[in-house]
Amino acid sequence: MKPENFVIPTLPQRAPATRLIGGLLLALAAGLLFALGLVLSGMAQPAKVIGFLNLAGLAQGEFPGAWDPSLAFVMGGAVMVTLLAFRITPANPRQPQHRPWFSSRFEWPQQERIDAALLQGAVIFGVGWGLAGYCPGPALATLLVGGRDVWLFVPAMLAGMWLARHTTR
Amino acid sequence: MHPYLSAALGGILIGLASWLLLAGLGRIAGISGITCSALRESGWHAYWRWAFLLGLILGGALFAQWLPVPTQPARAPLLIVAAGLLVGFGSVRGSGCTSGHGVCGLGRRSLRSLVAVLTFMASAFVTVFLTGGLQ
Repeated sequence: MKPENFVIPTLPQRAPATRLIGGLLLALAAGLLFALGLVLSGMAQPAKVIGFLNLAGLAQGEFPGAWDPSLAFVMGGAVMVTLLAFRITPANPRQPQHRPWFSSRFEWPQQERIDAALLQGAVIFGVGWGLAGYCPGPALATLLVGGRDVWLFVPAMLAGMWLARHTTR
Repeated sequence: MHPYLSAALGGILIGLASWLLLAGLGRIAGISGITCSALRESGWHAYWRWAFLLGLILGGALFAQWLPVPTQPARAPLLIVAAGLLVGFGSVRGSGCTSGHGVCGLGRRSLRSLVAVLTFMASAFVTVFLTGGLQ
């Protein structure tokens, strides 16, 4: 028997400890960078989010009136980068040499069907987003600094997630 | 810094963070999915998600010291709780939120994500139009 046959199958084959620690540090760094982006961009300010969603503001006064287009720049900047990322990084997922640094394979939802659950979920999500100006990322990123609104919003959001898991599909 | 410039730079950083997660762990940076799965999964599948969430929560607190997030008066508790329930429920039912469908889904040119983004944007625009933007 070759030595690699003794490796615990759930752990990566090469230097599991390095991969475990490296992977955790990378996830932490990604979270920090994501938070910096949210804070710098203004996404962490619900008033700015609602200002963007307030299309009626377009009609008020001179362009852009009471409408705040900033968040279009956030999404534009982010998608510009991810369009490049998804083109370059998983060059060919079927080729084993194209692996993530700390994982054995690229994983994302293969579901491409546009079904009723997707549309219902998106409509419901949009109503909640428009009501408070929080989506999950900004709410979590301001958990320690956002005050009472966030302390109410985040537990309610977790309860909503739990409900969706246990009442449907 | 001009607000449009800081918005674009912040967006680029969000994109880079998503790229980091993709290149390092081969995963989609979808906040609702990561949060939901962190609470459900165990072992490695929970660990990396908790590490990401820890970075997000601590990072938000850290960077808010340097780039202060303007405080705004607390709003009606019932409104905030209702909004939280809807956002949580909708993001799980619709398999993603602004990050998973928006930043990553559009980046990987998924039609399903594009439909989700257009739907929740339209829904949010209509909500703000009808409520007049509850601040």
